[in-house]
Amino acid sequence: MIGLQHYLTVSAILFALAIVGIFINRRNLILLLMCIELMLLAVNFNFIAFSRYLGDETGQVFVFFILTVAAAEAAIGLAILVVLFRNRRSINVQELDTMKG
Amino acid sequence: MENIHLTIVFAPLVAAIVAGLFGKQVGRAGAHWITILSVGLSFILSCLVLKHLYWDGGEAQNYTLYTWAVSDGLRMEVGFLVDRLTALMMVVVTFVSWMVHIYTVGYMHDDPGYQRFFSYISLFTFAMLMLVMSNNFLQLFFGWEAVGLVSYLLIGFWFKRETAIFANLKAFLVNRVGDFGFILGIAGVVMFSGSLDYATVFASSEFIANQQIEVIPGTAWNAMTVICILLFIGAMGKSAQAPLHVWLPDSMEGPTPISALIHAATMVTAGIFMVARMSPLYEFSETALAVVLTIGAITAFFMGLLGVVQNDIKRVVAYSTLSQLGYMTVALGVSAYSAAIFHLMTHAFFKALLFLGAGSVIIAMHHEQDIRKMGGLRKYMPITYWTAVVGTLALIGFPGTAGFFSKDALIEAVKYSHWAETDALVYWIAYLSVLLGVFVTALYSFRMFFLVFHGEERMDKETKSHLHETPWVVTAPLILLAIPSLVIGWITIEPVLFGGFFGEAISVTTGHDVLVQVGETFHGSWNFIIHSLTAGPAVYLALAGAATAWFLYLKRPDIPASIATKFSGLYDLLDHKYYFDDLYIKGFAAGGRRIGQFLWSKGDELIIDGIIVNGTAKQIGRFAGILRRVQTGYLYHYAFAMFFGLTLILAWLLWA
Amino acid sequence: MFHAILFYFFSAVLLGAALGVIFSRNPVHAVMFLVLAFFQSAVLWLLAEAEFLAIVLVLVYVGAVMVLFLFVVMMLDINVERVTGGFAKYLPLGILVAGLMVTELALIIWGQGSGVDLSGGFVAMPEGYSNTEALGAVLYTEHVYAFEIAAVILLLAIVAAITLTMRKRPGLKQQDVAKQVAVRAEDRVRIVKMDAERGEGES
Repeated sequence: MIGLQHYLTVSAILFALAIVGIFINRRNLILLLMCIELMLLAVNFNFIAFSRYLGDETGQVFVFFILTVAAAEAAIGLAILVVLFRNRRSINVQELDTMKG
Repeated sequence: MENIHLTIVFAPLVAAIVAGLFGKQVGRAGAHWITILSVGLSFILSCLVLKHLYWDGGEAQNYTLYTWAVSDGLRMEVGFLVDRLTALMMVVVTFVSWMVHIYTVGYMHDDPGYQRFFSYISLFTFAMLMLVMSNNFLQLFFGWEAVGLVSYLLIGFWFKRETAIFANLKAFLVNRVGDFGFILGIAGVVMFSGSLDYATVFASSEFIANQQIEVIPGTAWNAMTVICILLFIGAMGKSAQAPLHVWLPDSMEGPTPISALIHAATMVTAGIFMVARMSPLYEFSETALAVVLTIGAITAFFMGLLGVVQNDIKRVVAYSTLSQLGYMTVALGVSAYSAAIFHLMTHAFFKALLFLGAGSVIIAMHHEQDIRKMGGLRKYMPITYWTAVVGTLALIGFPGTAGFFSKDALIEAVKYSHWAETDALVYWIAYLSVLLGVFVTALYSFRMFFLVFHGEERMDKETKSHLHETPWVVTAPLILLAIPSLVIGWITIEPVLFGGFFGEAISVTTGHDVLVQVGETFHGSWNFIIHSLTAGPAVYLALAGAATAWFLYLKRPDIPASIATKFSGLYDLLDHKYYFDDLYIKGFAAGGRRIGQFLWSKGDELIIDGIIVNGTAKQIGRFAGILRRVQTGYLYHYAFAMFFGLTLILAWLLWA
Repeated sequence: MFHAILFYFFSAVLLGAALGVIFSRNPVHAVMFLVLAFFQSAVLWLLAEAEFLAIVLVLVYVGAVMVLFLFVVMMLDINVERVTGGFAKYLPLGILVAGLMVTELALIIWGQGSGVDLSGGFVAMPEGYSNTEALGAVLYTEHVYAFEIAAVILLLAIVAAITLTMRKRPGLKQQDVAKQVAVRAEDRVRIVKMDAERGEGES
C-alpha cells in the first residue's frame, strides 16, 4: 500500500538531488534557480502527503500559496537574471562579486 | 530672632555674591563697601544675639529651617542651634572678619584681584557662620568643607605663584586626610544614633558609649571612643594638630589678611569649636580625651620650638598659631572646654592683631618678609609698634593681658587634671609641655619682636627711604584689635570660665570638671593675677623667655649663630620642621604617585586598556579575520553551509 | 497493487527527470527535464487524490513559469562552456551531503526515531468528495486574508519584473500624458497685438 512514507521518501530524494544540482551547477545561475524550483517541488510533496495523511486541506492550501510565491520568485529571479546578463554579459555566479553593501 | 539669625548668615553671602559675580559692575569701592557693611551688620546683630542670650537671659534656640532630604528615616536638615557657645563664636568670627575686611582695603590696595578677594572673605564669613550655627552634623560638615574651600582659594589667591599653588594644594590634601576621619566619625554617629541632629545624638550618647564596634574583626572597641577619635582626626586636619599641621605654615603664601582671619583667628579654631560642641560625646570616652590631650601637648610644645628658627615673619606667627592651637587642644583633652573656647576667643583677637601687625610691617617693607632684613622699625611705625607690643604680651601671657587669663587658666586646668590616675603620666607630660611651651612662646615671640622693631636697621637703603606708617585702614583694625587683646580677658574670665556662661552648651561630667577646681581658688581677676604669680611658674617662664630673647637677639646677637652651629643636629631637625614635610612629600605623596604610576601603567594601560579594552577589540579583530574567510561572497558556499547545517539538525533530531 | 506500480513508475521517471535537470549540459534540455519532472509530480499528486493542485501545477508551473524559464534561457546567449565546469570537482561533496541527508531522512521516515507513526496509507475520500470544492471552501473563508496577500505578492512580482527589465532607450519618442493634459492654449498659440503696417505704395 502506497502511503505517507513513500511520498516522503520520493520527496527526500528529490530534495537531495536538488542539493546535488546546486553543488555541481554552482556557476550557472539559471540552473540554480531551477534546482530551487525542484526543492520547492519536494517541499510541496511533503505538504500534500501530510495533508492527505491527516485528512486536512490546510496543507494543500499551503501548497497553493507556495506555488504562488514560487511563481513570483521565479518571475523576479528571472528578471534579475535578465538585467544581470544585460549588464555583465554573464550569468556566472563566480563573477557576480561586485555587490557593495 | 529667626530673621536676625538668617540675616547674620546670609548678609555676607549676598555680599560675596555681589562682589564676586558683579565685581566689574560694582567696582572696587562698591565691592569693599558692600562686604564691609554686610559683615559689620552681621557683627552688630551677633552682638545683639549674644546680649539677648546672656544679659537678657534668653533661651538657647534650636530649630530647623528647612528639610533638605529624608532618606531612610535620616533627616538632612538646615537648622540653627544658637546658644551662648555659638553666640560667642559668632561675635568673634564676625568681629575679626570685619576688622580684616577693613584692613584689606589698605593691604590689597593695588591688587588686581581686589573684588575677588572681598568676595572670598565674605564667603568665608558665611561658611564659618554656617559651621558654628549649625544644629546638625551635615550642616557642620558643609561649613567645614566650605571654609576649607575658601581657605584653598585664598591660599592660592596669587595663583600665578607656584609656591602658592603648591601650598593650597597641600592644605587641601592634608585637610582631606582629616576630613576622611571626620566623615567617618559622622557616619559612626549616624550608625549608632540614626540621626544627624545634635540634640538627638547627644541624648543618645550614653547608649553609644555602651556599644562596641569591630573595625578590625576580632577586636571590639568602644563605639564612642572610635567616633570621638575619628571626629578628632577631622579637627586635627582643620586645626592643624600634629601630624596634620604641615599645611598651616605653608598657607602663609596667601595674603596676610587671610592668614589673620582664616589661618589664625577663625577657621583653624573650627576643630576646637567642634570638639567643644561635641563635649557631650567626648565626656563619655576617656581614651579619646587622652588622645586629644596627647596630640595637643605634642603640638603645643614642639610646634612652638619650630617658631624659634623661622625667619619669615608670617611663618613665625604661623608656628605660634600651631602652638596656641595645641594649647586649646590640651584644654579640650582635660575636659576644660570652656578654657579652650576662652583661649580661642582671646587668641583670635591677639593673633589676628599680630598677623595684621605683621602685614602692616610687610606693607611698609614692600613685601619683604624676612625678619633678618628688618630691625629698628619702632621709630618708623609707632602705631604698629605699640599694637605689636600688646599682641606679643598677650601671646606670651603677660599678666593682665587677654592671653594671660586664658592661658593661665588653661595651665591651671591641666595642673588639676590628673583625675584619671591610671594614666596620670600623660597628664604630667601634658602639664610639662604646656609649661615649657610658655617659655618657648615668649622666646620666639620676642625674638621676632626684637628682630623686627629693635636693633640695628638691616634693610637696604631703597626700602629704608620709603619706610613710613601704614594708612589708617590698616592701623585702625590694629587698634581695634589691640583693645580686646588687652582687656577682654580681664572682663570675661569670670563669667566665661567660672560663671557657667556656656550653660547647657558644654557638658562636663562631674569628676572631669577641672575648671570648678580652678574656680575654687578664683576670687576676681585681680586676685587671679596675684594668685598666678605665687602659684605657678608660668608667668616667670614667660618672663624668662622674653629675657632670653632680649639677651640673645639684642644684647649678644652673635650667640644664636654659634648655638646653631654647635647644636647643628638639633638645628637641622628644627629647620626641617622635624622632617614632616619630607616624610609627606617624599614618602606619602611620592608613594602615592608611584602607586598611581603603577596603577596607571600596569592597571590602566596594560590591563584595562591593553588587555580588556584593546585586547578585546584585537581578539575580535583577529577572530573576525579568521571568520571573514567564511564570508566568501559565493552563493554556493552559503548554500553548502545551509545544507550542511540542515544535515546536522537532522542528525540531532535523529540521535538526540 | 496497480496503484503501487503506477506510483513506482512515475516516481522513477520523476527522479530520472530530476537527474536530467541537474546533469544536462544544455540549459534548454534542463528546462525540458524540469517540465517533465513537473508533469510526473502532477501525476503523483493525482494519485494522492490532490487533483486541484495537480492541475494547477501543470497549468501554472508548466504553462507559465517553465515557459518563462524557456524564454529566458533561449533569449540569453549563454556561453555554456564557461558556466559549466568544475563539474566533477564538487560532485563528490554534493553527493556526500545529499547522501547524508537522504540517509538521515530515510531513517526518520522509516525508523521510529521521530516517535510518530508514519506508516499509514492515505484515507480514501468519501463518495462525492470534490477536492477543488473542499479546497475552495477553506481558501475563501479561513485563508481569505492570506489569499489576498498572495494576490498582492503576484502584483508585486509583476511590477518588480517590469521595472527591473524595462530600460530607457535614448531617441525613443514617447507620449507624456500628464503634459498633454496640463497644457494650456497660451503655451501653444501666441497672439501678438501690433499696429497695422503700412504697406509699400500706400499713402
